[in-house]
Amino acid sequence: MELRINGQTRRIEADPDMPLLWALRDVLGLTGTKYGCGAAACGACTVHLDGQAVLACQTLIGDVEGEITTIEGLGTPAAPHPVQAAWIEQQVAQCGYCQSGQIMAAAAILAQNPDPSDDEIDAAMQGNLCRCATYPRIRAAIRSAALRLGAG
Amino acid sequence: MARGFSPGQPRRGGLARAGRIARRSLLIGSVAVAGGVAFGAWRYTRPLPDPFADDAETVALTPYVVIDAEGITLIAPRADKGQGSRWVQAALIAEELDIDPASARIEAGPVSPAYYNRALLAENLPFLPTDQGWLARNARAASDIPARLLGLQMTGGSSTVPDGFRKLREAGAVARETLKEAAALREGLDRTALGTEDGHVVLPDGRRIPYADLAVEAARIEPVTTIVLRDPAQWRHLGKPMQRGDIVAKSTGTQEFGIDLRLPDMLFATVRAAPEGGQARLIDDGAARAFPGVHSVTAISGGVAVLAQTTWHAFRAADALVLELTGPTDRPADSAAIWDALSRSFEERGHDSRNRNDGDVEAALAAGDGVIEAEYRVPFLAHAPMEPLNATVLVTDSACHIWAGTQIPDFVVTHAARLTGLPQTAIRLENPMIGGSFGRRLELDFILQAIEVAQSVPGRPVKMTWTREEDFAQSRPRPAQIARARGRVGETGIEALDLTIASPSVMSSWFGRVWMNPPGPDISIVAGAWDQPFAIPHFRVTGKRAPDLAPVSSWRSVGASSTGFYLGSFMDEMFESAGIDPFDGLLRACNDDVSRTVIDEARRLCDWRGRQPGPGRGRGVAFCLSFGVPCAEVVEVEDTPQGLRITEAWAVADIGTVLDPVNAEAQLSGGMLFGLGHAMNCQITYADHRPEQQNFYDHDGMRLPQCPRVTTRLLENGPVRGLGEPGLPPAAAALANAIRAATGQRVRQMPFADRIRFA
Repeated sequence: MELRINGQTRRIEADPDMPLLWALRDVLGLTGTKYGCGAAACGACTVHLDGQAVLACQTLIGDVEGEITTIEGLGTPAAPHPVQAAWIEQQVAQCGYCQSGQIMAAAAILAQNPDPSDDEIDAAMQGNLCRCATYPRIRAAIRSAALRLGAG
Repeated sequence: MARGFSPGQPRRGGLARAGRIARRSLLIGSVAVAGGVAFGAWRYTRPLPDPFADDAETVALTPYVVIDAEGITLIAPRADKGQGSRWVQAALIAEELDIDPASARIEAGPVSPAYYNRALLAENLPFLPTDQGWLARNARAASDIPARLLGLQMTGGSSTVPDGFRKLREAGAVARETLKEAAALREGLDRTALGTEDGHVVLPDGRRIPYADLAVEAARIEPVTTIVLRDPAQWRHLGKPMQRGDIVAKSTGTQEFGIDLRLPDMLFATVRAAPEGGQARLIDDGAARAFPGVHSVTAISGGVAVLAQTTWHAFRAADALVLELTGPTDRPADSAAIWDALSRSFEERGHDSRNRNDGDVEAALAAGDGVIEAEYRVPFLAHAPMEPLNATVLVTDSACHIWAGTQIPDFVVTHAARLTGLPQTAIRLENPMIGGSFGRRLELDFILQAIEVAQSVPGRPVKMTWTREEDFAQSRPRPAQIARARGRVGETGIEALDLTIASPSVMSSWFGRVWMNPPGPDISIVAGAWDQPFAIPHFRVTGKRAPDLAPVSSWRSVGASSTGFYLGSFMDEMFESAGIDPFDGLLRACNDDVSRTVIDEARRLCDWRGRQPGPGRGRGVAFCLSFGVPCAEVVEVEDTPQGLRITEAWAVADIGTVLDPVNAEAQLSGGMLFGLGHAMNCQITYADHRPEQQNFYDHDGMRLPQCPRVTTRLLENGPVRGLGEPGLPPAAAALANAIRAATGQRVRQMPFADRIRFA
């Protein structure tokens, strides 16, 4: 089976019923995407499929047609994506475990809506749980990222 | 130097042992390591040549600073669960070492009694945290001794900062001065003529010698221990906005957590287990074994494990196991029986603790009218950290290697040795970055399970990961409690307050699992209530110990997470009944200057104009002093067509010295929001001995749309303290008081969402 991930074509031998989350983590070693609930209840596994935010724990690899982007493909420590740069600037992370999913969800909404209102941010991010409750800084980072993206 | 010991004097047997025990102290020393030097703490003092000692022990130095060809490594022995402890520990060392903490590697270091935690025990003594009298001070100092003998390298109780504030800076200063001494000897100069800057010794002529070039020479000389710590006014990093060392990795998916570990030839596993103390019986594993990718199914204590080629294969097969899981027969099976048992414990004669008994409460409340009474209830709550509990273990004939995020490394080592039959020296524990804990990683269950699983495949590493459902099924929750309060208030303030709390004991339940059940009262039942800085003429706080009802454990801020709700709510009820403004009432009752300043600052920060700032809006304030930190919080709610919404929240705390301001703000805000979210939305209920909640869809805390605007302020008037927990205790009461102000409804039982429709 072939998957397009972060601009590369990856061949894997795996059951088509395997959720994308586990193909990424346990087969391909892309561990930036996190397992949190396995039940579409936390958003920690959020990745992009053709630019749309999807939950990797609910997406079977046999059903994937399109380009997958994970947190590793969004940006790197040396060259962070503007959303990641905003997350760094605001020092959002505490435990940090949910932040890959938060960042992927935020990047997807900003790609579609460069200047979201507070209500639109609330609606777009409510599926992403942060047990440390870093939400005030998540909001600040999304606004900062919107400015960065607008300026770019 | 220690007393009663003269080096070189012949000693034997018991005498030698006595000498060593007398010298058992935390001294700072240095040793050579490959190509460099390590500075740190000796468990015992350094060995002097002693040909007569017949039982010489290996004398270990556990380092805080290692300088070798690789660069500078700082050791941060307290676990980082996301609260930023690794960074603040490194910054404390780096400040005196004169390096940029961002330039150093930061590691968790080995498990060693030399990293014992002094501050944790000091906070569990029966002295008011505001008591700086001689008896309290001496008792806190003496608690150093049992902590050291126990060698508790524990992370908890918001103790990392108070424990490390002095000793980590001293470790950095000793390393710096010894490096200077090495340079002075090499150059034929006096050490006092030398300076340091950014990882270099600076000579009078301006030449700069990198620390790494001096490391081998520094290891050969006596460490310089006559040091003076810098005046905080000269700090270059501490107290200034810093970027936490893990922020970039945690924003780019490159932070490796324990669950991300990959080892060659590794198997992936998961476990299904009975409720604690219960039994697991495997009825049929045929369907599980028949799945492709399954390696094996194996029984472990109280459960069954599936080993497979990926975590998903293990999860899928575990779902197909046919198991009979039964609960313990000596505990109530469901929530109704648990509440009954809690209720009945008020009728028991005697009490577990009564550390506060000022005036004569019985007499003050006996006479006639005007006595206010209320009952409050809090439910069990799960920790449910975002990173599901996991541990990776490799067991061989001669060693057991464990990779697991834990707050109690010493207990992991002793239990692993017992389980494997290996000596403790054969247990190697790596403590990776932790994706949240809130106290859950004070438990051993998931690690001991992983060891048993790995024992079934000697020589192969196994990563054992719980499903989220198993995490909820194996909750070690905060205890459910009932509190009853009585009081009388006059025009000038509270005259009498009697609070009685019935709770199962966290200390008995937890210590019983990890060590042994300690005798004596459980102070955690009343912490956050008995120890409050209130001068109420008649003030009594009583702890009633309920029997074991469920396997309870420490949940962020422990006892104060509940007691802050009772006292903060009940005082508000009393103030309201007498027409007293709650800020006026709190300030009148408070007899500690540091706490009064915190309360006053909260009033100023939120621009307090009373309980009702406008139509449909209400404000509440609450105060709690926990882990030595006075904290006041104000919550504002608004009744909207969609339901009640928290619009604003303010938090003020005094932590003595703010070391890492950006992160401290996050801890205060996060603690408050954690308290608000759980008070609104969460509970663990039991049926058939098992939690009924299964995943984040029925126990999540708070999500972004419910998060208010948050304003925080940190003050620096009291002693140096940590802030991982103290932001939580006032939150629920501040919210309940705001709800009362906005709607007229008084909520005395969590979760508030059972009674209030939140937006």
